[in-house]
Amino acid sequence: MQQAPVQSSIIKQQPSAIYRVLGDRIFLSVVLLLALSIVALTLGLGYYLYLGGSQTINKEGFFGFLTGTTWDPALKLEFGIWPFVLGTLITSLAALVVSVPVALAAAIFTAEYAPRWLAGFINYLVDLMAAVPSVVYGIWGIFVLAPFLREIIYLPAFLWAAENAPGLSPFLGNPAGYGMFTGIVILSSMIIPFTAALSRDAIALVPAAQREGAYALGATRWEVMQTVILPYARGGVFAGAMLALGRALGETMAVAMVIGNGNILPYTLFGPASTMPAVIALEMKEAVEDLHYSAIIGVGFYLFLIAFIVNAAASYLLNKLKVGDQRA
Amino acid sequence: MSEFRPMASPETGHTEIMTLDPSLKTRIETRHVTVMYGQKAGVKDVDMPIYANKVTALIGPSGCGKTTFLRALNRMHDLTPSARVTGEVLLDGINVYAAGVDPVEVRRKIGMVFQKPNPFPTLSIYGNVVAGLRLVGIRKKSLLDDAVERALSQAVLWNEVKDRLNAPSMSLSGGQQQRLCIARALAVEPEVLLMDEPTSALDPISTQSIEDLLTELKNHVTITIVTHNMQQAGRVSDFTGYFLNGDMVEFGPTNLLFTTPKDKRTEAYITGRFG
Amino acid sequence: MRNLQARYTRDRLILIVVIAGTILAALPLTLVLGYALVNGFSSLNWDFFTKGPKPPGELGGGMAPAIVGTLIITGVGLLMATPFGIAAGILLAEYPDNKLNPTLRLLSDTLNGMPAILKGLLAYVLVVKVQGSFSGFSGSLAMAFIMIPIIAKTTESVLKLVPWNIREAGLALGLPRWRVILSLVLPAARAGVVTGLLLATARAAGEAAPLIFTAFGNSLLTYNLSQPMDALPLRLYAYAISPYEDWHRQAWAAAVVLLGLVVLTSLLARWVTRGR
Repeated sequence: MQQAPVQSSIIKQQPSAIYRVLGDRIFLSVVLLLALSIVALTLGLGYYLYLGGSQTINKEGFFGFLTGTTWDPALKLEFGIWPFVLGTLITSLAALVVSVPVALAAAIFTAEYAPRWLAGFINYLVDLMAAVPSVVYGIWGIFVLAPFLREIIYLPAFLWAAENAPGLSPFLGNPAGYGMFTGIVILSSMIIPFTAALSRDAIALVPAAQREGAYALGATRWEVMQTVILPYARGGVFAGAMLALGRALGETMAVAMVIGNGNILPYTLFGPASTMPAVIALEMKEAVEDLHYSAIIGVGFYLFLIAFIVNAAASYLLNKLKVGDQRA
Repeated sequence: MSEFRPMASPETGHTEIMTLDPSLKTRIETRHVTVMYGQKAGVKDVDMPIYANKVTALIGPSGCGKTTFLRALNRMHDLTPSARVTGEVLLDGINVYAAGVDPVEVRRKIGMVFQKPNPFPTLSIYGNVVAGLRLVGIRKKSLLDDAVERALSQAVLWNEVKDRLNAPSMSLSGGQQQRLCIARALAVEPEVLLMDEPTSALDPISTQSIEDLLTELKNHVTITIVTHNMQQAGRVSDFTGYFLNGDMVEFGPTNLLFTTPKDKRTEAYITGRFG
Repeated sequence: MRNLQARYTRDRLILIVVIAGTILAALPLTLVLGYALVNGFSSLNWDFFTKGPKPPGELGGGMAPAIVGTLIITGVGLLMATPFGIAAGILLAEYPDNKLNPTLRLLSDTLNGMPAILKGLLAYVLVVKVQGSFSGFSGSLAMAFIMIPIIAKTTESVLKLVPWNIREAGLALGLPRWRVILSLVLPAARAGVVTGLLLATARAAGEAAPLIFTAFGNSLLTYNLSQPMDALPLRLYAYAISPYEDWHRQAWAAAVVLLGLVVLTSLLARWVTRGR
């Protein structure tokens, strides 16, 4: 019987130990260490913002700082961030309410009705929308959107109220164009893609058998949508809305450029307001007093807390929904 | 139970076959190999020998555990978090699952060819063949050149590609790609070559060329092949193991197992297929 | 069947609502693109790319320092972010059973969604406050914080697109896992990984908020990372809120450049991941 030439010249050259044994361990350690930096970065973000803001937070108290309504960096050096918290919450939530139905309509249209080429094009637009820089929306807001809304809505409404319902005027506020309503409109347009993209993916994941089952019962397209597809996809829609809310909370430049930046409560519908990111962007480089610096970073810390909860919830939902499709 | 599984215990299995051919040498021996996927057993308590420089075929209906068993031999299940292997796989008397045994080392000695040809898409023909050598640090050009010619010749691909060794591997036909994968596995000079339905994705002519290759190859290397095609097992193998529902029902010399199966289930499978 | 006509009518009404919603969703982007092109394209001249800003009120000048600054700040940020982002992507895609992964994925996605301005504040606290001066480097650091989770995400998803059998083929040759990842899997996913880097760069390059109090802005051209440095979105913002017509014109031009960057990278990403 022929003997196999099992060991020949090449294989006797044993690869070095670093290749065989240590290689994997070293590689995994390096990868782990680098990846751990993301964990450190996320937690460090909160820690350093707290540290930076602690001077003012300690002075005003954890809740006093949050609920104080006076932000006076010039004379009294008194810092309460409630106007900004309120502005952020109102604009973000209102923008969410406006944008979700629109985003959902776009998702339904591309996933269920549109021909392939059109769906592809709209999906591309939606993805692009998420990538457009905030300042570009902002310059459009300043020069196009705000004057347009002033002419079409604010002034007519203001004049009408002045004549017919004087009691309403204080709620409408200054119709200059730069204020809360404009902020909400621009925020709504900016966060559409986040809900739209995730809703579209969720609708695409509905099994064909589910659809066919409903069609076979004689359901119309909308009835299939209503009874089978939307209930099935609602997790994705919800996660998308959370993600969009997270973006809205932190959206800075576009909002700062159109919202009028007034921090005097109570806010009015058309009049100036402010948000947490906007006050950071506007006052950080102009601050002189240590306490003012600390107060601004403190605003960042509270924004971190809110955004962390919303974004972590969105990520958690998303990762939970994706379970099972790994290593496809 | 044992009357249906005459080869269940290694001793009886060995002695019986040893008496047939005393020159047989065992390269791999498995003892109580069980593969669990979570709570479900893919392979149950399999004992079998794999003889050196022979072709051993594993046959059985799909889902019977033959591929799962094959992948247990070179520790490919290490990569599947949900899979757990128990029992022993003795390669030249050493348990590849023993503590301190490096799976990478095991896989260098027990190579594998997969169902679908899977050349590395970013590498050339030459690059694919030497991947196993170059990527562990062997750089000397003359050594690599020799290895390429030897491996490609053994895989009967040399004459077709010797003029375009630097062409992309994906430019080859399906059958050529599979022979390239065989050459790639042979280049690291394994003692055993595991083949998981290597012709199932190929056309009849390519299949023929791979089958011809096997009879030639067993002079250099011990071969274990999983196939769902019984005619193929009959044509290329010296020994055959029949798997059903994760059990190895019967093991024996191919000609005996195909003509006088001892187990009724084996008989049913074979005659069913042939009839 | 009862009311079949009514059900069809409702079906059609819903379709109209859905189409109206889709148009409404696409409207802002279309308007932004349209206005930017109309107002800014004509101002994209040689001076815009080669000259520095003129003093307030004077006509002419350009954004050369801002363009150079953006290239340097995002380039350095990319260099810092790449190893971290790619390593995290490798861990998530190639070691699916690693215990750290659920936490890492959650925190990475969370970090990705965190306001960019907070990442700027972190860079401020870590660098500007410590060194006592604004600098291009602190801007780069903020950019890196923005890019890392994006790179991690795209790297993970393109690595997962590489067929699993390539890894098996490598391991069956007796290659160690790290070799398989570095020499076989990463090269197979190269185009996707690079696209991910570009997408992250484009996203970061458009951010103004975190640069306001890190890179700060500078009307003079500088290559020195320890000096305040200008950036395109920063200059756009400054000009947009200024009272000068000529600066508004240049701000629109800057918007066109930023939009062009975004459109180009997204088209590239489409092209690389086509057919998947």
